[in-house]
Amino acid sequence: MLRYIKHNLSEISGIEIYPIISLLIFVLFFAIVIWRTMRMTKAEVSELSNIPFESDEKYIDNTESNKSHE
Amino acid sequence: METERINYDNRIVKYFAYATMIWGVIGMIVGLVAALQLAYPDFFNDHLGFKYLSFGRIRPLHTNAVIFAFVGNGIFMGVYYSLQRLLKTRMWSDKLSYINFWGWQLIIVSAVLTLPFGYTTSKEYAELEWPIDIAITLLWVVFGWNMFATILIRRVKHIYAAIWFFIATFVTVAVLHIFNSFELPVHFMKSYSWYAGVQDALVQWWYGHNAVAFFLTTPYLGLMYYFVPKAANRPIYSYKLSIIHFWALIFIYIWAGPHHLLYTSLPDWAQSLGVVFSIMLIAPSWGGMLNGLLTLRGAWDKVRDNVVLKFMVVALTAYGMATFEGPMLSLKNVNSLSHFTDWTIAHVHVGGLGWNGMMTFGMLYFLFPKLFKVEIYSKALANAHFWIATLGILLWAIPMYWAGFSQGLMWQEFNPDGTLANPDFLKTVEALRPFYLMRAFGGLIYIIGALLMSYNLFMTARKGTFQPNETVEVTSNRNKKVNTKGEFWHRPIERKPVQLMLLSLVVILIGGAVEIIPTMVVKSNIKEIPQVQPLTPLELEGRDIYIREGCNNCHSQMIRPLRFETERYGEYSKAGEFVYDHPFLWGSKRTGPDLAREGGLRTDSWHYGHMIIPKQWSPGSIMPAYPWLADDELDLTYTQKKISVMRKLGVPYAEGYEDRALEDLSKQANEIAQRIVRDLAAQDSDIQVESIAKTEIIALIAYLQRLGTDIKAVPEESKATESAAQVINE
Repeated sequence: MLRYIKHNLSEISGIEIYPIISLLIFVLFFAIVIWRTMRMTKAEVSELSNIPFESDEKYIDNTESNKSHE
Repeated sequence: METERINYDNRIVKYFAYATMIWGVIGMIVGLVAALQLAYPDFFNDHLGFKYLSFGRIRPLHTNAVIFAFVGNGIFMGVYYSLQRLLKTRMWSDKLSYINFWGWQLIIVSAVLTLPFGYTTSKEYAELEWPIDIAITLLWVVFGWNMFATILIRRVKHIYAAIWFFIATFVTVAVLHIFNSFELPVHFMKSYSWYAGVQDALVQWWYGHNAVAFFLTTPYLGLMYYFVPKAANRPIYSYKLSIIHFWALIFIYIWAGPHHLLYTSLPDWAQSLGVVFSIMLIAPSWGGMLNGLLTLRGAWDKVRDNVVLKFMVVALTAYGMATFEGPMLSLKNVNSLSHFTDWTIAHVHVGGLGWNGMMTFGMLYFLFPKLFKVEIYSKALANAHFWIATLGILLWAIPMYWAGFSQGLMWQEFNPDGTLANPDFLKTVEALRPFYLMRAFGGLIYIIGALLMSYNLFMTARKGTFQPNETVEVTSNRNKKVNTKGEFWHRPIERKPVQLMLLSLVVILIGGAVEIIPTMVVKSNIKEIPQVQPLTPLELEGRDIYIREGCNNCHSQMIRPLRFETERYGEYSKAGEFVYDHPFLWGSKRTGPDLAREGGLRTDSWHYGHMIIPKQWSPGSIMPAYPWLADDELDLTYTQKKISVMRKLGVPYAEGYEDRALEDLSKQANEIAQRIVRDLAAQDSDIQVESIAKTEIIALIAYLQRLGTDIKAVPEESKATESAAQVINE
């Protein structure tokens, strides 16, 4: 598979720029993530971080009925 | 808001929990056997010298068992439990859940049935042969399909942090596994890697490093985000931190693979990239650790009474230590000392025994009482396990760090006159024997802890009543209207799992693509060396025996351009030397010496004798004996096919060479056999050219004698010039 694309890409010049571009993409992406995250309100944060505690709000004890299914 | 009664599937969680415990103990025992082989090589050679048990085959079995069987089942156990609860829904399809379960166990069993028999690709943590690779791919799709379908039928609006980690795990493992497993089959249980040499090494360690990242880390961080808050009964310390840490972690991790290849023949720019991103990794890794530990702020008293939290606190601490150490090991000056030594082994076991092991134990202690609706059978026993396991980790890791530093320093030491202080490699191995013994003891202690846990949890199960279907009453807020105006940006993404997956995919592909595509396509990355020629048919067969016996587990074929290496082994390795190496065999650990320039250093008869009884030829050697190589006849069924497969992969065997291959093979084998008989006839009158020429050992010797000799040869061009000059002179 690679040999088909190899031919077309084998003459990339200025390959050194690759890591620099990548670094810039990352820094930019990261800066946006931080900036937007910092703008979150307290209420939102508390709602989201409590998700794990909502799921088993009301447990129904059906041990017996389960047994009969076994 | 509507209220509904729903059933969570607890049986699938129970199945995976038992599988985690059983495979965990088995994988650890296999590790103990491997450790004992290094501590008591003579005992194993004399009494347990079966080929199926030799270190080169057992070591991959251990790594695969603990990574994919122990941690793998642990991931599924935790995911199937937390996913249903975080989404307020049963799994989308029970059928897929159980296909996932039984399929995964089948894959593990197939690993147990193939690795000891020598069916291996040799690529670390990706040793399984191509049919199993395909099965893994299909099964991974089953898991992802079930997970996404469950996310789509959820009764909650938002997808909690834990699930982003599960999604990133799913998508990245899929990409890594598929790209690293490109191989061309020779037959049902043998294939050659699509990539060669440097490219194969880069893809392999891009995979290998990210197997650690996306199989041992991200899923467990996801589980941490669920189980630590649940066990502490308080929300995660900082939800904001979880967002930043998630995106930063998956973005950066994917770049760091080349730190496994520092000072090798990998192009410099790729090495530097690996170093920079590894250092940056400290931030998101510690973000996760601190988020977990700080969840307990103001509630540390809970840790005293809660054994689940105890395990998780040690797990997070180990995670913090390992993720600080990892970036330090990526610094070139540290790496020049640590690489190829037991330091790396110590590092991964702080992660494995500490982070994954302790986290898994914590989850198991959390889940069994929940699944069986009963208190834990014995709190005292669980506490004992905690202390035994912690002690086991220390007793395991400290000797190995010591061994790593000692051996690394011994390799580097020079006399004032500029010669190596320890020219004899074996001397540096003998110094490690006491540490190997201590390590085995630490491992034994850790296994005893795991057995205590198994007993405790088994008794808990017997005492309680298992509920296959746990009924709960939940309120669905799926259709709650959301005021999207001025909403936090990340929340729309949290409502859309497919977008989250695609975004994760883009984020991880950037790193992979930037590193790998240029190495694949830019010719200037690999300088061609005209003398480097394809292996002869006999050498090719010998190389396959080298792979089958797992020689690369202990011997590297990569001399770094460092003075202490070139003094010991000779000219440093060049990228161009490996262009026909499908797969590459650089290795990652030197329990034995490097073999990159082994060819011609010793006689054929030395290798012959050494392979049968190593310590007789190099006293103090801890190498396993390979007597079967001198008995078993070399299988030539696939020799011709191997040559044509290699040609398809770009190795320049002439068209139609297959027809001559067997003839060439037996000619070369006879020459080697004659040399051996000539040298050894005085000691062993039974040895005959006819009887040994057809055995496997001859092929292996042919391969070893070829290693590193190509670049010593005079290039054809200069030969031509020389002969032309001769003609003129005459």
